[in-house]
Amino acid sequence: MTLSNFDQEKGLARLHLMERIRAFEEAARRAAVDEGLVLGAIHLSIGQEAVAAAVIEPLRRDDYILSTHRGHGHTLAKGADATAMMKELLGREGGCCGGKGGSMHIADFGVRMLGANGVVGANITIAAGAAHGIKLLGGDQIVVCFFGDGAANRGPFLEGVNWAGVFDLPILFVCEDNQYSASTLTSDMTSGDVAERARALGLRTTQADGNDVTGLAATAAEITARIRETGKPEFLHAKTYRLSGHTYFDPATYRPEGEADHMRETACPIMRLRTDLTRAGVTEGEMDALRQAAAEEMAAALDAARAAPWPADDSVFADVQDIGSPVEEAF
Amino acid sequence: MAVMSYADAAKLAIAEAMRADPTVWCVGEDLGRGGVFKQYTGLVEEFGPDRISDAPISEAAIMGAAFGAAMAGTRPIVEMRFADFALCATDELVNQIAKARFMFGGQSRAPMVIRKPMGMWRSSAAQHSQSLESWYVHIPGLVVCCPATPQDNYTMMKAAIACDDPVVYLEHKDIWLTEGEVDTARTGAFGKANIRREGEDVTLVSWSNTANLCVAAAEALAQEGIGAEVIDLVSLWPWDKAAVLESVRRTGRLVVAHESVAVAGFGAEVVATVAQNVMLKAPPVRLGSPRGLIAYAPNLEDQMRVTAEMIAAAAKKTMETEPA
Ligand SMILES: Cc1ncc(C[n+]2csc(CCOP(=O)(O)OP(=O)(O)O)c2C)c(N)n1
Repeated sequence: MTLSNFDQEKGLARLHLMERIRAFEEAARRAAVDEGLVLGAIHLSIGQEAVAAAVIEPLRRDDYILSTHRGHGHTLAKGADATAMMKELLGREGGCCGGKGGSMHIADFGVRMLGANGVVGANITIAAGAAHGIKLLGGDQIVVCFFGDGAANRGPFLEGVNWAGVFDLPILFVCEDNQYSASTLTSDMTSGDVAERARALGLRTTQADGNDVTGLAATAAEITARIRETGKPEFLHAKTYRLSGHTYFDPATYRPEGEADHMRETACPIMRLRTDLTRAGVTEGEMDALRQAAAEEMAAALDAARAAPWPADDSVFADVQDIGSPVEEAF
Repeated sequence: MAVMSYADAAKLAIAEAMRADPTVWCVGEDLGRGGVFKQYTGLVEEFGPDRISDAPISEAAIMGAAFGAAMAGTRPIVEMRFADFALCATDELVNQIAKARFMFGGQSRAPMVIRKPMGMWRSSAAQHSQSLESWYVHIPGLVVCCPATPQDNYTMMKAAIACDDPVVYLEHKDIWLTEGEVDTARTGAFGKANIRREGEDVTLVSWSNTANLCVAAAEALAQEGIGAEVIDLVSLWPWDKAAVLESVRRTGRLVVAHESVAVAGFGAEVVATVAQNVMLKAPPVRLGSPRGLIAYAPNLEDQMRVTAEMIAAAAKKTMETEPA
């Protein structure tokens, strides 16, 4: 069967972006495991790439996103430079945060990616505030806030979502539900349903298959257009699955035997899109070429990062604060 | 020069800043009705409910959302109602606001004023009375300011709004109605002490309302022929080390007094800094609250207070000690 109405061009662009996200994280994982070059914990979004690719696709460059500890995919999708990101993971000069933040604080304000966050759930109130700022300044941008299923059990979820509803803010909250919170099955520690919580707070709520990039992109385009028009917050619950461990060194043995393998074979968003593209008449060769290009790009990013120096020693005292800066006060 | 209350002085500074800069706005519970201490009275009429914004009882969201709005290009003034309730927003202040600029490699700023009314005020008991200023001094990234007079509350509020760093701005609840002259032409700077009284015999260092008690103590000491210099630090980070060191080099005697718990209070920092730099004529004295809890009944509450009499007595004690 061929899918005649399938938009090949968009499908290939999404495939390329998802391959880039995966290649970035595979390169980072290799740099961590094989060479010890990535110094701190990194949280991979392998298996979840469709959420980043689809939800960010309809955004403008001047729209804002905020992310979590699992933020490489969102950051790349918003348009950040992979080499600067890789340098950041290696703690090098030229990293997007000057080597001061690492993976868990990755940010690129140039593309209005206002930061990953090391504190689960903390970005929810901050994102609502970014939307509040836009509204006060009379802007027409919107904000997308990504968080995990576990974050919905923290207080900032209630406070931030309520805030957006009270002030009618142009924000999309995206619960990227990979079903696990570290080693815990989130449903074991969650009473009721997360989307129902958002609904109870007055938000229009959509539930979607987070591994179907084509369907999710259409849904996200519709929701973000509506937010831009109405200025009202919405909530998207995207169900996905984390194919790797919580951190790159987590073997994830807490999962039922065979679960991850089964999901890799049946639910991987890259695999699913390739199947759809094949049906639409795209050749394996064309798709493999995109994978190859992504792998080469990220290998080059890693080479550049490996070659980069450490940040200047005295940069540790820069950008703490202007007044009462530690440079003047150290003794 | 006009005479106005401590509360009105800050309000005037805010109103002037809001007229000059449309990105300045205030957010907190009950602000539309003037705020719980009436320190915003009349502002909503002039600036409207978007810029004098009410908020749900969500301290974490007030702090977090104001931070997000700061990153999006506004300059929020955050009202925490009581310093005690600001603890509900500790992650937002300490892990997010104070660190964002550094963690993101200088890509962001958090130009925010975080107002936290502090201190003992009538019988308000243990959850509405605390002075926690030293906690915030311990957090790199924050500026900490504790004005004691209407003039300083005007001048430093203006400086705080103009500052690109987050400023934890602790006003003392017991002096909202205290009146004083305010010269709106004066400008202030963080890290610059206010020498409230000059003297050559003993240096009294303090901040917030206890600085006012030091002035009263110095007046009493003057009756006995003792010249006490009163240094009101006004801001605790940065703090005016130079003014303190210059003074104790002259007087050779030091009393530091504050309302907060003495143990690990900022007074310890002042005494340690002086000890590292100056040989005093007498051991320094550090006055603060016992490490006890603030009670409701006045006779119990009073046992946690540092008074002008205690400050004067401490100063006299330093005068009695002869160098070994
Ligand atoms: C406030 C807080 N508590 C705990 C942690 C430790 N922690 C980091 S990630 C994580 C799991 C978060 O789960 P979820 O929100 O579902 O996101 P996911 O990791 O699945 O992407 C935990 C518990 C943290 N970083 N912050």
